[in-house]
Amino acid sequence: MEIIKTDVAIVGAGGAGLRAAIALAEADPKLRIALISKVYPMRSHTCAAEGGAAGVIKSDDSLDLHFNDTVGGGDWLSDQDAVEYFINEAPKELTQLEHWGCPWSREPNGSVAVRPFGGMKIKRTWFAADKSGFHILHTLFQTSLKYPSIQRFDEYYATDLLVEDGRCQGLTALEIRNGEMKQFQAGAVIIAAGGGGKMFPFTTNGNIKTGDGMALAYRAGTPLKDMEFVQYHPTGLPNNGILLTEGCRGEGGILLNKDGRRYLQDYGMGPETPVGQPVLKTMELGPRDRLSQAFWGEQQKGNTVKTPWGDCVLLDMRHLGEKKIDERLPLVRDLCISYLGKDPVKEPIPIRPVVHYMMGGIHTDVQAATRLPGLFAAGECACVSINGANRLGSNSLTELLVFGRRAALSAMAHLQSNPTPSSDAALAAKAKASQNRIQALFDKSDGTESIAGLRQEMMDTMEANVGIYRTGEGLAAACEKISELRRRYANITLTDKSRVYNTDLMQALELGSMLDCAEAVTVGARDRKESRGAHQRLDFTARDDENLLKHSLAHYHPTEPPRIEYLDVVITKSQPGIRDYSGAKK
Amino acid sequence: MSSKPYVREMSKTTWFLSQPRYKRYMAREVTCIFIFAYTFLLIWGLGALANGPEAFSGFLESLRSPLGVLFNLAVLIVTVYHSISWFVVTPQAMPIQRGEEFVPGNIIVNAHYGAWAVVSLIILIWGM
Amino acid sequence: MSELQKRQIQLEVLRYNPETDTAPRYQTYSVPCLNEWVVLDALNYVKDHIDPTLSYRWSCHMAVCGSCGMMVNGEPKLACKAFIHEYGDQIKVEPMANFPIERDLVTTVEDFITKLASVKPYLIPKSDQPISAGEFKQTPAELKKFKQYTLCINCMLCYAACPQYGLVPEFLGPAAISMAHRYNQDSRDGGRDQRQEVIATDEGVWECSFVGACSEVCPKHVDPAGALQQVKVASTIDWYKEHLMPWVKK
Repeated sequence: MEIIKTDVAIVGAGGAGLRAAIALAEADPKLRIALISKVYPMRSHTCAAEGGAAGVIKSDDSLDLHFNDTVGGGDWLSDQDAVEYFINEAPKELTQLEHWGCPWSREPNGSVAVRPFGGMKIKRTWFAADKSGFHILHTLFQTSLKYPSIQRFDEYYATDLLVEDGRCQGLTALEIRNGEMKQFQAGAVIIAAGGGGKMFPFTTNGNIKTGDGMALAYRAGTPLKDMEFVQYHPTGLPNNGILLTEGCRGEGGILLNKDGRRYLQDYGMGPETPVGQPVLKTMELGPRDRLSQAFWGEQQKGNTVKTPWGDCVLLDMRHLGEKKIDERLPLVRDLCISYLGKDPVKEPIPIRPVVHYMMGGIHTDVQAATRLPGLFAAGECACVSINGANRLGSNSLTELLVFGRRAALSAMAHLQSNPTPSSDAALAAKAKASQNRIQALFDKSDGTESIAGLRQEMMDTMEANVGIYRTGEGLAAACEKISELRRRYANITLTDKSRVYNTDLMQALELGSMLDCAEAVTVGARDRKESRGAHQRLDFTARDDENLLKHSLAHYHPTEPPRIEYLDVVITKSQPGIRDYSGAKK
Repeated sequence: MSSKPYVREMSKTTWFLSQPRYKRYMAREVTCIFIFAYTFLLIWGLGALANGPEAFSGFLESLRSPLGVLFNLAVLIVTVYHSISWFVVTPQAMPIQRGEEFVPGNIIVNAHYGAWAVVSLIILIWGM
Repeated sequence: MSELQKRQIQLEVLRYNPETDTAPRYQTYSVPCLNEWVVLDALNYVKDHIDPTLSYRWSCHMAVCGSCGMMVNGEPKLACKAFIHEYGDQIKVEPMANFPIERDLVTTVEDFITKLASVKPYLIPKSDQPISAGEFKQTPAELKKFKQYTLCINCMLCYAACPQYGLVPEFLGPAAISMAHRYNQDSRDGGRDQRQEVIATDEGVWECSFVGACSEVCPKHVDPAGALQQVKVASTIDWYKEHLMPWVKK
């Protein structure tokens, strides 16, 4: 097996991975950086983020406001030391991106423009029309081309971390184009491989979002945190889950039920605000969890619009006018017309909530360090946690940058502590074991389970039982089913026996990752007997700060469900309070 | 490495037959020959002029022959076609930004037609 | 025809497995499609229900990640934006033209990545300014000047459409040059001279004969053909300035 020796190996080349790579290259040009991704960097799912990135820049805003919006939005499950660090770094990171050429939208005077987003007390979201993630990703990718020390390994699938002497010292990866296994020997590893929304059938997530990075760390023995918190974005196209940014509402779009009523006022987010004059932090600019829950309420009341794709509500943007829509939301218009045949300039768009983001992920501290020395994580795959029980729109793009860089700095510090590498033989033995695992999967010919079949059963289970509102009964059934699927996974069959670009094998590996993550989600959700943020239980409707103002940590077991441990939330200055998104006192 | 990419060579001689847009492109390129030929005609005319009035009137005579008229007509048609095909793409090649907005393409195209008409008129009047 | 109406499509796919095939071959699948589907959905149906060995790239399913470029009925398309309802009952799918076939619909794209990197597609600031001094100022008009060229998703459909790239593989090609143009036009940038050395060359813009196919197939309306002609105009002006007016600085 070829051995590639490097100082820092980064798994994932989206926003967080690229930011980490650039930070390392800038800090020390002599560092050898291996940037490993199962896709070319510009295919990473950061590209699909639309609305923008939050960072305090305007004089009427303040770091305290960003702090309060984030912590309250997260239903007080965020670690406040991490949030503090995050909001402080945010403006610097966004400005840095501007210096690298990111085409942020501008004010007439040439300064960067900001737009309102849900759950914010003040306009704070930097945006590049409605293609913010796309521009961030391409700016980072293109900037990364400046640094010769960043060596890219495009289309390499990371299979296992190499853990020896209690430290992470590299990983194994499969070169997809020829099926060869490679051993990366590294002083430190950063995982920045994104979330796992594809465990759900109806999601804004791309095909590549299969939780590989989370599973990689999880299987290596470092826990996943707060996995039960899965965010539904309130506005997805009903036929395929394509995201319509929160910017639609930030710019003044309104949500209507079948009777044309702005139903959010019936869910504690009223009173109604004037059409076309959005008021921050209320009605359509409430947080995502509340809006998605309100949809569910309308569905129960029979107030939704029936469409060929199921129950919907309507997103009405007509009053914004063609000029504003074309300037601020050109992608949204294009997506509505292309994929739904409806023009938002002329008619309301049927939408429904769609799985969008995982607040949970690899447990890290505020330094982006996991419990496994030498292993760091950033981005959606990580859980610091700044997002708590519900992420505020436009915090995630900023998080990629802030914690991507943070992970790089921590990895550097780890290298500087001069950890003695384990013997080559010991690491090679670990790598060989990984190779054997993949080879066994590849060679298996007596399996009876189909990859697509198991995947469908997993998705159906998640959709039916781990949605916007959950029940103890449903979650228990889901846990059982996912356990069963994990057992049956051992019996899958691989049809494709070619070594070259074998996507059948990729799907098998991805399914394994998703099942591991799905089990952490379901068990975490079953055991969290309260309602908080994006985790809403019909059998435990109240938040339980007494017992559950805690992070859950899921510990991997190869054949059994995970063991769940609880960890106190870091609270520095904001005691849990009431999340008030009514506009009454504003 | 077991990967062995398969390269599909593009035929050097018949590639343009594969797509209508390539044929249109080829039509544009090939008809340049007429413009090219016309430059020879002009050189011939210049040569005739240098050889004295007799030679030049012979040249003019030959232009009036059916073949000469036919050739000139063909060149005219091709030139008009090339002018139009160029005007169509001028907004792409020479965009003009006024303030924030770009000047709409049709204005740039029409300005070219306008200029063309004016220049043609001047030449016609001057020639008469 | 309603969105959810079913249609039986004959999907003819060019397949190639380097380990067993000496040359690509067509394989036809009969796929029950919904009328609102895109070609990518049909491929996914084949992958999940008929033939797990079919290989292709895809991710976002919303025409922004640029993974799923392929030839659909001979035309370079993103499979996620090639709507079934725009086609008859026979659809032919092939890997992107002008790129070597790695496997089935997967092509080798390293050449493009190398070329993109060669044009220095990053901001080379006119003047240095620390982060603490805030953002570089840029008016909406200055932004609009290059905005269109930032929209390239690197899907490479323009390369698949460009006969010049097919004939002369050394050609830098539409997307790479457009990206150089994007930075050249950016009011914050001062790196034009460095990029011109790469793009105002025989293998750069002067290889382009303005077929215009790149702009016709671009799914993001970047108009690379326009960008290339603008680079030609600018580089011609540079030449005249340099040779006829050597006393004038570029």
